[in-house]
Amino acid sequence: MRLTCPHCGERDLREFAARGSAVVLSRPSAGASAEEWADYLHIRDNPAGEARDLFYHTPCGLWIEVTRSTITHAVIAARPVREAKP
Amino acid sequence: MRLEGRGQIDRDHPVRFTFDGRVIDAFRGDTVASALMANDIRVVGRSFKYHRPRGLYSAGSDEPNALVTTGRGRDALPNVRATMQEVWEGLDVTSQNRWPSLTRDVGAINDLFSPFLAAGFYYKTFMWPRAFWERVYEPLIRRAAGLGRLSGEAARDASEKAFAHCDVLVIGSGPAGLMAALTAARAGADVILAEEDSHMGGRLLSETDTIGGLSGPQWVGSVLNELTALPNVRVMERTTVTGAYDQGTYGALERVSLHRPPGRAPRECFWRIAATRTILAAGALERGVAFPGNDRPGVMLASALRTYVNRWGVAPGQSAVVWGNTDTAHRTARDLASAGIHVAAVIDARADATTTGDWPFYPGGEVLSTQGRLGLKGLQVRHGRREFTVWTDCLAVSGGWNPSVHLASHIGSRPVWRDDIQAFVAGPEPVPGMDVAGAANGIFDTAGCLADGLRAGNVAVQAIGLETHSPDLPDAEATPYAITPLWEVEGKGRAWLDLQNDVTTKDVRLAAQENFRSPEHMKRYTTQGMSPDQGKGSNVTALAVLAAATGATVAATGTTTYRPPFVPVTISAMGAGAKGKGFAPERFTPAHAAAVELGAPMIEAGLWYRPSFFPLSGERVWRESCDREVRMVRESVGVTEVSTLGKIEVMGPDAGTFLDVVYTNTMSSLAVGKVRYGLMLREDGHVMDDGTVARLSEDRFVLTTTTAAAAEVMRHLDFVAQGLRPGLNLRTVSVTEQWAQFAVAGPRSEALVRSILDDPAAGVLPFMGCTEASISGTGVRVFRISFSGEKGYEIAIPSDRGEALWRLLLAHARMLGGGPYGLEALNVLRIEKGFLTHAEMNGRSTAFDLGLQGMMSAKKDFIGKALAARPGLLGETREQLVGLRPVGAARMLTAGAYLFGEGAAATREAQQGFTTSVAWSPTLDTFLGLAFLVNGRARHGERLRMVDHMRNVEALVEVGPPCAFDPDGGRMRG
Ligand SMILES: [Zn+2]
Repeated sequence: MRLTCPHCGERDLREFAARGSAVVLSRPSAGASAEEWADYLHIRDNPAGEARDLFYHTPCGLWIEVTRSTITHAVIAARPVREAKP
Repeated sequence: MRLEGRGQIDRDHPVRFTFDGRVIDAFRGDTVASALMANDIRVVGRSFKYHRPRGLYSAGSDEPNALVTTGRGRDALPNVRATMQEVWEGLDVTSQNRWPSLTRDVGAINDLFSPFLAAGFYYKTFMWPRAFWERVYEPLIRRAAGLGRLSGEAARDASEKAFAHCDVLVIGSGPAGLMAALTAARAGADVILAEEDSHMGGRLLSETDTIGGLSGPQWVGSVLNELTALPNVRVMERTTVTGAYDQGTYGALERVSLHRPPGRAPRECFWRIAATRTILAAGALERGVAFPGNDRPGVMLASALRTYVNRWGVAPGQSAVVWGNTDTAHRTARDLASAGIHVAAVIDARADATTTGDWPFYPGGEVLSTQGRLGLKGLQVRHGRREFTVWTDCLAVSGGWNPSVHLASHIGSRPVWRDDIQAFVAGPEPVPGMDVAGAANGIFDTAGCLADGLRAGNVAVQAIGLETHSPDLPDAEATPYAITPLWEVEGKGRAWLDLQNDVTTKDVRLAAQENFRSPEHMKRYTTQGMSPDQGKGSNVTALAVLAAATGATVAATGTTTYRPPFVPVTISAMGAGAKGKGFAPERFTPAHAAAVELGAPMIEAGLWYRPSFFPLSGERVWRESCDREVRMVRESVGVTEVSTLGKIEVMGPDAGTFLDVVYTNTMSSLAVGKVRYGLMLREDGHVMDDGTVARLSEDRFVLTTTTAAAAEVMRHLDFVAQGLRPGLNLRTVSVTEQWAQFAVAGPRSEALVRSILDDPAAGVLPFMGCTEASISGTGVRVFRISFSGEKGYEIAIPSDRGEALWRLLLAHARMLGGGPYGLEALNVLRIEKGFLTHAEMNGRSTAFDLGLQGMMSAKKDFIGKALAARPGLLGETREQLVGLRPVGAARMLTAGAYLFGEGAAATREAQQGFTTSVAWSPTLDTFLGLAFLVNGRARHGERLRMVDHMRNVEALVEVGPPCAFDPDGGRMRG
């Protein structure tokens, strides 16, 4: 698998560290309920289709949000998490 | 026998090799298979289950019978297809699955018991009694299983792996592949042309048709001349593309030097090729017919026979019968006749077929059975109502062609059935970016393949945004393809499908009868297609037999799942370079060589190597050195390298605010020139890592992490900075490799540090202070921190000066009665003090468990704060960090042992905690342990049993605080 780092271009998967769903970008604010925290930490959608996942490009230190298809494994888009933040 | 004047072999270059010890004469250009045929060796292997004598069946990588072993000992390669192995002087070939010899094989007795060894035999026989599974049945089955044998010796690490990228990958170099490659290459695309054979050309090397007025090999030569002259083309022969993977990635196995005597070149190379577009032009594989006795040596595929005759100038005998259901039969008869081989009969399954040749012709006929023990002698033929014997030593059979859709089907696409050609073809764009062309696309005439290659080439060229420059299509053979289904002939005797696994039509019908009716179930039940050839020649025929048995069409029956690899790939090629030192990178610290010079044994710490201890002459065991080093630090001064610690700089106006988010304690309030111990949690409330934070200037901090967590902490900081606090103005950078760092510890550490600094006054630092200074003009960072409990410093210097500083520090330390200490002493010193490593920060422990709850700021939010406050992570039920000392007769403690109440049984249910780190403390003259104990902080003074079931160690221990030495820290603050 290859991913396109917005800094460095197309690179082999072995240069990246994966961190799962991009929902971890939406951290609950201080004072959130236990349920909100549990959702944030443990509950994940399991979509058949487009998924947004986070990868860290180790050589340059950029966190990117990758949109990919869990059905075809096609990588659709990649952008820095700074720009992905809602 | 060898045919004079035919073939593309080099008769001026004789080559001699051995087969089962017998010297075989061959020519350069021969394969082991063609050379065996030239020497009239008919039995080339024994089948897997019944040890049936078998002969050459094909001429390519689909060969089911001629599996041999090349080489001896550690260089032995089992299951090499004789049809793919080129001969070289001195090549050592042995046959397989026979004892004592191919023609007198004791294992053939299995054949007599074949009525009892039908499909499902193993499942039915080896079920009961259950106690026999592991001890009796498994060894029995294992001894009988497998075709070739491994030598049992470690293979030489003689292969390589490599990566390649291209615009267009063309797989296969027949007419379609060559035309596709030429079209893409002329348009300027970067092209890789991969061909499994030793020579480019595919069927063009085996047929006698002309193409553009040239012979097949001549035309191939002219195209290759153009391709190899182009800088944008890489031509790879002996390279089998083995698998299709996501994103246009393909695995390919190149047989780099297996075709010549061993030298310095790698044996094989496993390629990963990333292609924007791929053209699958892998051709088609001819299939046989399942009829009684069809495994007799001498029965072979018609296309293979043409290859042997036309390409290698060899024939299996004086006469041949040809049987088929397409015009391929007539083409074969013509080629045989022109080579001087007697055509004893041509049998065409098509009742309306005609022939042009001067040979007995039986339209609508069929072969009923075969005769001959170690080789074909005669055939029983039916024509109309007449049955008769034809004496011949070769039968060329063709049941039609199966397009090679394997690679098109590797990532989920299913092939689709076409009635008109009685075969499966790939669906549209079966793999993203892949186009299928030529015979692989169900086109079986040369002109059609050329045109389809041109089409696919242009599609690829347009897809990558180049202008097309179509080459002219040469004139070529254009016979329409007409086929009538011909799968099997039922009759008395076994009709074989999978020749490698000895699967018969009867086995498939038995599977259907026992309700294993789906192709996948039939496959598992009969082992059809589960041998090294993966059923290349037999699967589709087996599906047709299954379809007939279940009353379904072949189309509705479907196929089993195609999976990589297309041909067997040696593990040594896939793992090339990954043995020994190649298994993982090695990271060496700046003073590594200097530590090795002192005789320090190295210990692996992740990828790093760190000195365990520095032995002096007369010290016999590590403990003597370690104890001395601990005493040296406590009494004078010791120096150790800590360059492996992660070092991260955080810069910017918001750096302090940012650090408040990632550390539990407040860092923004840290004064310039000060250091603070910091604790980081994961968001789930457990401890991630600890370390120090030094503020070098208002907007510049340098952090240390533990060696093990350096990469994880770096990722975490970047995640928080970019993903959770993108509004903060700061930058992070790892400087682990830029700075060498040394700890100087002991009562004389200040004297040592002052003696080497350009300005000795800079060495007068308060505890937890830091400053920039210089040594011999080189800028250094000095931190007054301690991991030993003694007055201590850490000095960081740019890496290229690390070794020089280490030597300087040692020289000065020795003048003060000190010296170097290693990782073992460092560990003892920190256990005496109750300081933490990842043995304690084990991923399950919280700040509360470690007694560090006071470091969790109540005034701010930080990562992990909310969830560290969960009820289950606090309170008496938690296992809390404590210190242990032995108090009974047994003095030794071990790490990983369990703790139980003094009078309690040492059972799982009674478990109270466990030890994490232990050490002999020369300072306190006792073993010390750190442990997690349920409600441990309230149990100081209590006595417990420590039981190590694994090492059979038990001791009575007393619980105390984690810190066993200098609890108020007076020595450290100094
Ligand atoms: Zn990057």
